Amino acid sequence: MSFETIPQTLPMARRDRMAVLARSNAGSLQDLWALLGLKPGCTPLRGPESGLVMLRGRVGSSGEAFNVGEATVTRASVKLDNGTVGHAIALGRDREKARLCALIDALCQDVDTAARIDAELIVPIKCELDDADEKRRRQTAATRVDFFTMVRGEDR
Amino acid sequence: MYVAVKGGEAAIDNAHRLLADRRRGDRDVPALTLDQIAEQLALGVDRVMSEGSLYDRRLAALAIKQARGDLIEAIFLLRAYRTTLPRFGYSEPVDTGAMLVERRISACYKDLPGGQLLGPTFDYTHRLLDEVLDGDPAVDVGLQRTDAQEPATHIADILGAEGLIEEDAPAAASEPGDINQTPMEFPLSRATRLQALSRGDEGFLLALGYSTQRGYARSHPFAGEIRIGEVDVELFVPELGFAVPVGRVQLTECQMVNQFKGSAKVPPQFTRGYGLVFGQSERKAMAVALCDRALRAEELGEEVVAPPQDQEFVISHCDNVQATGFVEHLKLPHYVDFQAELGLVRNMRAEHEAMSGSEAREAAE
Repeated sequence: MSFETIPQTLPMARRDRMAVLARSNAGSLQDLWALLGLKPGCTPLRGPESGLVMLRGRVGSSGEAFNVGEATVTRASVKLDNGTVGHAIALGRDREKARLCALIDALCQDVDTAARIDAELIVPIKCELDDADEKRRRQTAATRVDFFTMVRGEDR
Repeated sequence: MYVAVKGGEAAIDNAHRLLADRRRGDRDVPALTLDQIAEQLALGVDRVMSEGSLYDRRLAALAIKQARGDLIEAIFLLRAYRTTLPRFGYSEPVDTGAMLVERRISACYKDLPGGQLLGPTFDYTHRLLDEVLDGDPAVDVGLQRTDAQEPATHIADILGAEGLIEEDAPAAASEPGDINQTPMEFPLSRATRLQALSRGDEGFLLALGYSTQRGYARSHPFAGEIRIGEVDVELFVPELGFAVPVGRVQLTECQMVNQFKGSAKVPPQFTRGYGLVFGQSERKAMAVALCDRALRAEELGEEVVAPPQDQEFVISHCDNVQATGFVEHLKLPHYVDFQAELGLVRNMRAEHEAMSGSEAREAAE
């Protein structure tokens, strides 16, 4: 599992995909995965295992880093029969989700498979997450104060 | 000589069985689910995550259920649980400026960019009990406003442009202290104090913050900005060579703005107290920010005259797990200690009587 064995093509896309997978709802993820009908052979390299990550903030929001507190996190690494390695890490303690996300990450190292998985699994999940964000933004916006001034006194 | 006394085993077993029975309560009432606790007692869950110093909503809900709603007991359970897990690493510092804001208010500027976003607040409610909630009434969903909104700018960026407010100290090259890994040694850096305050007891910090407003370590605070919302957490993964977003956490951030008369080096300006805590915990974040500012007294050349400015006093006593451990240990058997003290008091009384007896004789003579 050395650095060299990981294909470094499209790291940004890989990172974006991993971000979507990490935030995905385990139920929707399982459903969309089942619809893909992929049955790749693979072996676990590490985990799935749960542990802690110490969350950091910045003093005053932009100063030096400080430790706020810990969060549970679960990670997994798998190796496909063709030798490709995939990784996953997400907040929470869902081991099955971490294992599946690592498997998807490994499969997406192949460009053609990645295109199919992105279209049929990643994009639908991302749309769902973005919609939820947009709804929350709009609900917050509805609580925005619109100040207005009132003219008072006898003078006209 | 040390004599161990046994015999409590059966009583303890039965007490724990009785605890489980009382925790469940009337069997005709449906058992609480963790989803119900996490969804409908969300702010209690937030407090347990914050003071338990472990962000995991479901575990905090479980702890509250197991502790029968005793939040300090629930916090204790969460702290104990976290010691069973390995530490995978440190996240990249979160960017609260990029927060998906659910509430953001400023008491300093009426018309700041992004506006005053009230969010789901108790403020402006009349604090009248709502008997409708005794049932399960249908509840309307939140309204949505669809016109384009500008991003919510940090207050510090506004005042900072005029040089009227202190800038954040630049990022240090060294790693910040971590009280979960190394014992505390005073004096603590501001970064380490903020970690301790972030998991400190809300009630204790609230009382100390209140005392600064009433005149102990006067600091003339304004709520410069309070924001609540979710931020992305990123973790560097060595196997990949880049930081991966691993999900989001909800945080509350408070920037207190405080008057500062200046020193030989610095002209008069506003200084800031800062608070960052897990979940939606506005009162706690404000209290942390007040205490953070008070604890900077020495750094800012202010006279240390009150408890909130004394870091050993504040930090050593703000942890409710430590506090409850030491206070509650008093109920454990101290039979031998007490026997020893009993003997001592008897001896002292005998000496006292002998002394006063001889004084009385002397007076009579």
